[in-house]
Amino acid sequence: MKSMEALRKFSRRDQVFDFLVQPEPPDLDLSHNIILYLEGLNKSFDGFKAINDLNLYIETGELRCIIGPNGAGKSTMMDIVTGKTRPDSGQAWFGQRLNLLRMDEPEIAEAGIGRKFQKPTVFENLSVIQNLELAMAQDKRVWPLLTARLSGEQRDLIDEVLDIIGLGELAAAPAGKLSHGQKQWLEIGMLLMQKPALLLVDEPVAGMTHQEMERTAELLTSLAGKHSVIVVEHDMDFVRSIARKVTVLHQGSILAEGSMAQVQADPRVIEVYLGE
Amino acid sequence: MRMLKIIANDKPGSRLLLALAVVSVAVPVLNLLVPENSVFHLSTYTVTLLGKYLTYALLALAADLVWGYLGILSLGHGAFFALGGYAMGMYLMRQIGERGVYGDPLLPDFMVFLNWHELPWFWHGFDQFWFAALMIILVPGVLAYIFGYLAFRSRVTGVYLSIITQALTYALMLAFFRNEMGFGGNNGLTDFKDILGFNLREDSTRIALFLASAAALVCGYVISRYIVSSRLGLACVAIRDAESRSRFIGYRVEKIKLWIFVFSAVLAGIAGALYVPQVGIINPGEFSPLNSIELIIWVAIGGRGTLYGAIIGALLVNYAKTYFTAALPEIWLYALGALFVVVTLYLPKGIVGLRNLRGART
Amino acid sequence: MSEYAITAKAKKPALLLLCLALLTGFVQQLAAAELSLEESWKILSSKNYKKKARAIEAIAQHNPPEAYVALKAMLNGQLYYARRSKELYILKEAGDNYIFTPLFAGEAVTRESKRGFKKIRINNRLRSLIRQSLAVMQLKDDDADVRLAAVQELLKNPEAEAAALIASLIDKETDSRVQKAMRTLLAINQLEYGDEAAHPHAIETLAASLNTSAMNALRNYQAPNKVLEKKARAAIKRINDQRDLYAKAETMFFGLSLGSVLALAAIGLAITFGVMGVINMAHGELIMIGAYTTYVIQLLMPEHIGLSILVAVPAAFVVSGLVGIAIERSVIRHLYGRPLETLLATFGVSLILQQTVRSIFSPLNRSVETPQWMSGAWQINEVLALTWNRFYIIIFCLAVFIALILVMKKTVLGLQVRAVSQNRMMARAMGVRSEWVDALTFGLGAGIAGMAGVALSLLTNVGPNLGQSYIIDSFMVVVFGGVGNLWGALVAGMSLGVINKMLEPWAGAVLAKILVLVFIILFIQKRPKGLFPQRGRAAED
Repeated sequence: MKSMEALRKFSRRDQVFDFLVQPEPPDLDLSHNIILYLEGLNKSFDGFKAINDLNLYIETGELRCIIGPNGAGKSTMMDIVTGKTRPDSGQAWFGQRLNLLRMDEPEIAEAGIGRKFQKPTVFENLSVIQNLELAMAQDKRVWPLLTARLSGEQRDLIDEVLDIIGLGELAAAPAGKLSHGQKQWLEIGMLLMQKPALLLVDEPVAGMTHQEMERTAELLTSLAGKHSVIVVEHDMDFVRSIARKVTVLHQGSILAEGSMAQVQADPRVIEVYLGE
Repeated sequence: MRMLKIIANDKPGSRLLLALAVVSVAVPVLNLLVPENSVFHLSTYTVTLLGKYLTYALLALAADLVWGYLGILSLGHGAFFALGGYAMGMYLMRQIGERGVYGDPLLPDFMVFLNWHELPWFWHGFDQFWFAALMIILVPGVLAYIFGYLAFRSRVTGVYLSIITQALTYALMLAFFRNEMGFGGNNGLTDFKDILGFNLREDSTRIALFLASAAALVCGYVISRYIVSSRLGLACVAIRDAESRSRFIGYRVEKIKLWIFVFSAVLAGIAGALYVPQVGIINPGEFSPLNSIELIIWVAIGGRGTLYGAIIGALLVNYAKTYFTAALPEIWLYALGALFVVVTLYLPKGIVGLRNLRGART
Repeated sequence: MSEYAITAKAKKPALLLLCLALLTGFVQQLAAAELSLEESWKILSSKNYKKKARAIEAIAQHNPPEAYVALKAMLNGQLYYARRSKELYILKEAGDNYIFTPLFAGEAVTRESKRGFKKIRINNRLRSLIRQSLAVMQLKDDDADVRLAAVQELLKNPEAEAAALIASLIDKETDSRVQKAMRTLLAINQLEYGDEAAHPHAIETLAASLNTSAMNALRNYQAPNKVLEKKARAAIKRINDQRDLYAKAETMFFGLSLGSVLALAAIGLAITFGVMGVINMAHGELIMIGAYTTYVIQLLMPEHIGLSILVAVPAAFVVSGLVGIAIERSVIRHLYGRPLETLLATFGVSLILQQTVRSIFSPLNRSVETPQWMSGAWQINEVLALTWNRFYIIIFCLAVFIALILVMKKTVLGLQVRAVSQNRMMARAMGVRSEWVDALTFGLGAGIAGMAGVALSLLTNVGPNLGQSYIIDSFMVVVFGGVGNLWGALVAGMSLGVINKMLEPWAGAVLAKILVLVFIILFIQKRPKGLFPQRGRAAED
């Protein structure tokens, strides 16, 4: 039956084939001041409900912290937003117009969502500077990539980011040789190069020293406003230091939302964190 | 300009190119100008052998481009080589004309033998060299495009991909063995007489083919080097090392893989096309999965992900093969088997890696 | 009795009569009686086929004790005569020598060439005549199977004389199968020459038969009226339906037996691939080693071929298993987590194993003798016969599979294997000696490959390239079924086997195989993880 339908689709003259349609230009419409809509999301793995009727809205320029115990669905939520995982049901919109569920990872990245992974994954065989060069917002189609050369402007941008992440001296070193904390920084640097409208940052301070943590906090707060930032973090001190609004996830849905103080006072949150 | 800079930066590569240039001058001189009784005379047999090695080197280069830089371990690259070879073989077959055993002006011998009365549609046009040349590029390229489009789009990676590339070449082998396919079945295409009007038995034709192989290898190397030095090359390495991460920063992994794969297949096809007139035969055995795996070991021995390593590996292993199969045929398969084991266990970076290791110590 | 009345005198066109006469040697037979037995034997060495035909008729009628052997030899081209003495000899080839045994009394002569002897030549007409004569002799044999074969032989070319003969014998026949075949033959005869009144009954008899001749008789039947025509057509349809059904069953059977071999080969691969993430290209060679083990065991116990296969199964398991463990300990354990490298290294191992076997056993193919209890076929009816060896292979595959499932589910090793395959680090932390588990798992997979080799050795020749030709197929099965899934390997193996055999009739064996390969390549696009993918978040990376 399915093949019949597919055939019928091909024989229709009023439509252009899917593969001939030009991809939509990434136009992010933020007219309602909300950058990310997650509505009624559900996702289960082999019967385990990782995400359970999740509704989440992120405002433009907001810095949002998401906390929750292990298995609360934080990573799965990020996977859904970045196109790695498809939900079983629900909606995910980026701005007013971009339906995230119909886009794949590169499209989402190109539209302006950047992600930093829990486990830092940098390109270990490439140098720090090459990592940044690759992450840079640019025409990422095959032919332009082949002929691309670094312009002066782009070089300046890279230098600037190198400065921010403090890896200027290691610019030519292979990323694989960096320490864990340095890799975290490099990943953040790559995020900056991407110039995304929305940053998803998964446990940014794991493995960092206290000083580095402070710098990260500083950096993330300075990013907010220009960009929207979602931070997933376990380290409560860190969250407290940056958070304006906190969302607590539990068993795949939102348990509480509000300022850090509000959330900490919520008896349900206390039960989830302490009661077990 | 930029090309020159890239080549200059690639020290081992430029040395290799220089060596190739020297050989390309020396071989014709030693073969054509030095008298036959001199110790320095190079027999035409050796010239052809060297030419054959060069086509293998080009094939290894093609495989290294996808394996070394994209992490696609293709166990079916021999198929593209063979397809290029068949396209050339069909041209050479049509050139035979009335000089065949049955003297049919249009039909190649095997078709007369099979009692065919008409040239199959896909044999038309192959009497023209330009058409054959186009097919040498198009046929492997289009097959690689279709195969790659399907495979990469559905994110078949790693060993799965290796296994289905192997299945691809295996299926083609079975298909080409069939007489009904119209490619000479078991015996393949052979008994070639001349190419572009030049007699294939002439020394000068052999030299020209050798030089063409060398030129193709140099061009293939330079273009491949250009690709891997470009930002596209960086993206390839990124995809090789962390595929899903590359997606998250906006790279269309499947498209990059697809185009590099297609380019690599075309290189392999050209290598095959140059191989056939030198060895004088193309048969379905070229599709055998064993050939495709063997070429991977050339790359592995030389050192993958370096391009020049692949060339060195191909030349070395094939020289060893020629030597051993003549001197100690029993030993060859043991040696080849041991090579696979030893290289993967102890020499993951190949011979080139050995040199770098030494360089790092001093 | 009237039911089987022979009505050869019925209206038949003159032309048909002529044909029939020519075909069966009707005319000659009338004259044959005049020939004495002695004369007939002599005539056999003449060059005149017509005379020879008469001689054969005469010999068959006299039916001396030598007649059967002589005619059989003649049919097989083994009846010779000495050029000088014109004595008849039967030729037997023994290695490079030819042994000529006299048909009548005398000493056998052994020669290096056939010089001095000449073959008694026969043509197609004589060939069918001999067959029929032999059939007549056999119809009176004591063995029911021989009689059945004879009736079936006659059915291939049923004519009046045969019918007369059968009609005289049918009442004495005790075996029901033979009787059924005889009834079919008589019905064919009635349909052709009998009264119209007998036709409905004959058609009914034929409708229940699956014999080709019955079908032909119905097809050629010139129905005298509409009712009979309809009846005949219905009978043809019924036979066709039955045949289709049985043909499908046979295809299914062949498919399942091929599938069993594939599944056997793939199960071992699925274990090593799924549990250890190791692509073992030497798997085919482990199968080959199993096959050679069978061969060697048969060499060791030539007196007990029947038993040898039973001994070979555990022996092959042990031998291949040990080789597998050796491979794991020496090569693979250095390469965990690098599947592409294991692929290359084990390919190297496979080349070495092949060459070793080539050096020990020579590159020539060897054949394993099928024991008595496995040869032959289970003749379910005239169209459907299931060969025993394939039947046993299906059973063997299922037995191995069940045993393996039990090992995985019920034993400590199984538990540890599953633990390691799900989370190596955690299993280690829990005190599982993962190295030991790896070696044993690999040994288990290799051992199963060895047992697959035993099964394979009964189907094809044993040679150094045996494994190579199965490795791609077994990879396809694993990929199709889903990596690391035993059920997947079984279901995929069986379905690929059946698909392959179903495609074969209209596409040919090679094209069928190509189609299956293309099908899998396309299937992988749709479901990159196979039929039974490993699920869960962990499997997504």
